[in-house]
Amino acid sequence: MQYITTIGLEVHVQLKTQSKMFCSCPVGFGDEPNKNTCPTCLGLPGALPVLNRGAIERTVLAGIMLGCETPPISKWDRKNYFYPDMPKNYQISQFDLPLCLGGGVLLYDHCYPKDAQKDIEESGKEIGLTRIHLEEDVAKSTHSSNGTSIDFNRAGTPLMEIVSEPEITSPEEAFAYLNSLRQILIYGDLSDADMEKGQMRCDVNVSVRPDSQEELGVKIELKNMNSVSAVRRALHYEISRQIRVVKEGGELVQSTRRWDDDIGETQQMRIKEDAHDYRYFPDPDLLPVKTEDVIKKMRLQVPELPHQKAKRFVRDFSVSEYDASVLSSDRDLALYFEETANESEAKKKVANWVINNVLAVLNERDLKVAQCPVSPSKLALIIKMVESGKISNNQAKEIFAVLFDNPDKDPDAIITELGFEPADSNLIESIVEEVVSNNPEKVKEIQEGNDKLINWLTGQVMKASKGKANPKIIGDLLRKKIL
Amino acid sequence: MQDKSIDVNYVADLARLELTEDECERFSEQLNKVIDFIKQLEKLETDSIEPMAHASPVYDVMRDDVSRPGFGTDTALLNAPMTSNNQFKVTRVVES
Ligand SMILES: [Zn+2]
Repeated sequence: MQYITTIGLEVHVQLKTQSKMFCSCPVGFGDEPNKNTCPTCLGLPGALPVLNRGAIERTVLAGIMLGCETPPISKWDRKNYFYPDMPKNYQISQFDLPLCLGGGVLLYDHCYPKDAQKDIEESGKEIGLTRIHLEEDVAKSTHSSNGTSIDFNRAGTPLMEIVSEPEITSPEEAFAYLNSLRQILIYGDLSDADMEKGQMRCDVNVSVRPDSQEELGVKIELKNMNSVSAVRRALHYEISRQIRVVKEGGELVQSTRRWDDDIGETQQMRIKEDAHDYRYFPDPDLLPVKTEDVIKKMRLQVPELPHQKAKRFVRDFSVSEYDASVLSSDRDLALYFEETANESEAKKKVANWVINNVLAVLNERDLKVAQCPVSPSKLALIIKMVESGKISNNQAKEIFAVLFDNPDKDPDAIITELGFEPADSNLIESIVEEVVSNNPEKVKEIQEGNDKLINWLTGQVMKASKGKANPKIIGDLLRKKIL
Repeated sequence: MQDKSIDVNYVADLARLELTEDECERFSEQLNKVIDFIKQLEKLETDSIEPMAHASPVYDVMRDDVSRPGFGTDTALLNAPMTSNNQFKVTRVVES
């Protein structure tokens, strides 16, 4: 019997604002505990919340980027529960009029796990969103044997909750969903969305059912996955566990399970008798928001999305589709490529260079694209030198390596230092003549129209010149001689 | 509007209130009277009235996203009955 897996994700994302959602305390990471606090985010009696316009604007922008609808009026509600990370005993959230409804996340091929990119079940699949609402993050609690310690620096950080429809059908799709979503959030400069830093957190709902069964299986919630890969691992484990239970005639109970990444297992946390009764009601302390003006303003700030950028690279720069998707997968990489390409005639060469050489050197040194010391204009200059025949591609790589450590150096000066003076043109010409006279049959074939053989002859000249000559110049010389 | 009378025990439980049987009975009666009072609204013709998102017809009260320093650790902890490593210390909360 085949089993169908149904997965839905609830993703919490910390917004990259200066101040908290309902007070002016700074938002940050790594400060002394409880430093960034005030009566509002400590939940002291009588303190009143005030809405952060920047957080609302960012959420609306997220909605526009993800194709959501924003209701004309959005309001704030209290979600009541008791826990020391939320001392006023309710979290301010949004219940029936959230900032965004509907929309979807397009799963990008390059966002699937590397080992699964060859057999993507449904390329271009879009996962529908139920809603996105804005709420406040809670304080951070640390449990020890003799008590629980609470730091309120995080309390009140603007938090977007992005809820997907149960349309994800495999751990690989869940992986691609999280990575695609993350990429879009980074493109919009809405969040750094780093799961390992807790800027993006995710609860997973998963159920299995035999393919003969119409209704969904028992929903089980997974918590405590601290990376996108951990979500994939947890789902693989949990899906096999659920199928095993069903096969053995056992019964699954609606419950919450905690993923332990070290031992690679999910463990029962609690069984849900009822859904939590949060007794949501409108927060009288906060006035509703009319969204029309916010939407108008944010429409003007919608950035190009990764797949739109990739399309444009193919169209305007004649880059291959694959290269375009690699280049657009990282906002900073796309920017670096585009700046270089704009200063260069050979756009395709720039794409090759950025993907094959620049990325390789950055990876080697464990650096991010934004940290690349070689400026786009210097890279454009090096590529131009290769194109004009002044230096060979291999020499260009060496110059790039030198520039990497001495970004202020002048490429021309490096050429002199490394002794990359162009090979004596008389010498090259004599080698060309020699190669032509040694290969009369090949020359004849070329003259009869087999243009590809020029490359073979070029290779011979390159070899004889010990790589000093420029293949483009040799090609031109050969054509002049033969044709 | 729902016709059920209020389950005071359940609501008290949600609010972490401990009520005596006597209180339960008394509050039940009182709260049901409140609900009956509100039920008068059902008699009104509201079809042509736009729903409100808030009792006050004011919208868009917001501040710009600018931060200013908070209390600082020492001030924040002044009221804390117990502290540990600059944090509020409470009895251990076990994930149940
Ligand atoms: Zn505060």
